[in-house]
Amino acid sequence: MSIIEFRNTSKHFGDLRVIDGVDLSIDAGEVVVLVGPSGSGKSTLLRCINGLESITSGDLVVDGLSVTGGSKQLREIRQEAGMVFQQFNLFPQLSALENVAFGPRKVRGLTAEKARDVARDLLEKVGLRDKAGHYPAELSGGQQQRVAIARALAVKPKVMLFDEPTSALDPELKQDVLNVMRALAEEGMTMVVVTHEMSFAKQVGTRLIFMEHGKIAVDGNPRQVIDTPPNDRMKDFLQHV
Amino acid sequence: MDTDWSVIVDFLPQLLAGARTTVYITITGLMGGLVLGTLAGLMRAYGGRVLNAVAFAYIEVIRGTPIVVQVMFLYFALPVLADLRIDPLGAAILAIVVNAGAYIAEIVRGAFLSIGKGLTEAGLAIGLPHWKVLVYIVGPLAFRRLIPPLGNQFIVSLKDTSLFIVIGVGELTRTGQEIMAANFRAVEIWTAVAIIYLIMTGTLSLILRTIEKRMRIL
Repeated sequence: MSIIEFRNTSKHFGDLRVIDGVDLSIDAGEVVVLVGPSGSGKSTLLRCINGLESITSGDLVVDGLSVTGGSKQLREIRQEAGMVFQQFNLFPQLSALENVAFGPRKVRGLTAEKARDVARDLLEKVGLRDKAGHYPAELSGGQQQRVAIARALAVKPKVMLFDEPTSALDPELKQDVLNVMRALAEEGMTMVVVTHEMSFAKQVGTRLIFMEHGKIAVDGNPRQVIDTPPNDRMKDFLQHV
Repeated sequence: MDTDWSVIVDFLPQLLAGARTTVYITITGLMGGLVLGTLAGLMRAYGGRVLNAVAFAYIEVIRGTPIVVQVMFLYFALPVLADLRIDPLGAAILAIVVNAGAYIAEIVRGAFLSIGKGLTEAGLAIGLPHWKVLVYIVGPLAFRRLIPPLGNQFIVSLKDTSLFIVIGVGELTRTGQEIMAANFRAVEIWTAVAIIYLIMTGTLSLILRTIEKRMRIL
């Protein structure tokens, strides 16, 4: 049973068709890696899933709820689909622990004490228990991104969306973030990941989608399609990442 | 020229009473101005087309006209137009509310819009409604950026109260003017008046600087 379903979904910015009639069904437990040249619509596709971008036509159903069902329904979808951003976007006035506890407290309605317990467990999970009291400005990029993953997980989503989570990180710091993501995938979390990390796609991904001009150009097993690209444009793209 | 600084001592109680009125007009006026300005600023930043246009019109009208004309309008024209009579003190306070409100609106708008869009998206992405994102995340960050320009506006508004001399409110400048008219001690009285203004604006600066120091700008 699919947890995310695009049904002839389109997204236009004026005359520009960023997403052009996409049909795509993602099942629970899949780790879908979205790749493609810049402007191909991969980030937009991801951001449509939790309604940060509205769709122009077609439908998009997440865990049985349509993204076109109004703002209340959209909030329910967002609680089921956590998001991690390229620029981390941690709340700078809150400590790492408070950042993670924020969702459970304000969205799920837990008591302050219970929210902190949840947050402590998650910081432990991403290897940052000792940084609980630090503010984002006092953390490295890799640490900030791991706090951001914990913050998204704290709302107990069924799906995790990653929008180029390691693109703003030094090569050395990337690994810590990728390891956390790998562990998450091993636990069976459904993940949709926009990334240029081909080794991650091969090792962790269960499915790879190559996008071009707002359409899905290739959809297949990551190892297979990366090693023998079925499409010249994708072959060309892979040579550059 | 002979100066007699002892006249200041004689008239100090009167001058201080004027200063009290100045402080009263400023504080009540700015409290109202903060409410009105925050509302108009948020309408400008996040309101739909209609709310945005209403706030825009208000801000442009007030910023485009002198405060003396505004208070004259409130005190002399409003009774004629709307059969609404207000006393000079009420007109003075209302003038500060309306005038400071327009400037504060632009300060509030700028501060809120200066907070990166990414933080709003991060708040929305965990399932918060937009208003909660503004209250819990963007608001507290914007507030820190509000303080320096707000301090500036508070000082301007405090000094603007001196213009209400035109409708005869017994604030500090008016009091100085009345004493001067009786004893012609221009140097002594205006020096005293200026120093009292400096003490008031200096205190305001000090308070704002303390708040600013306690809060990290993020």
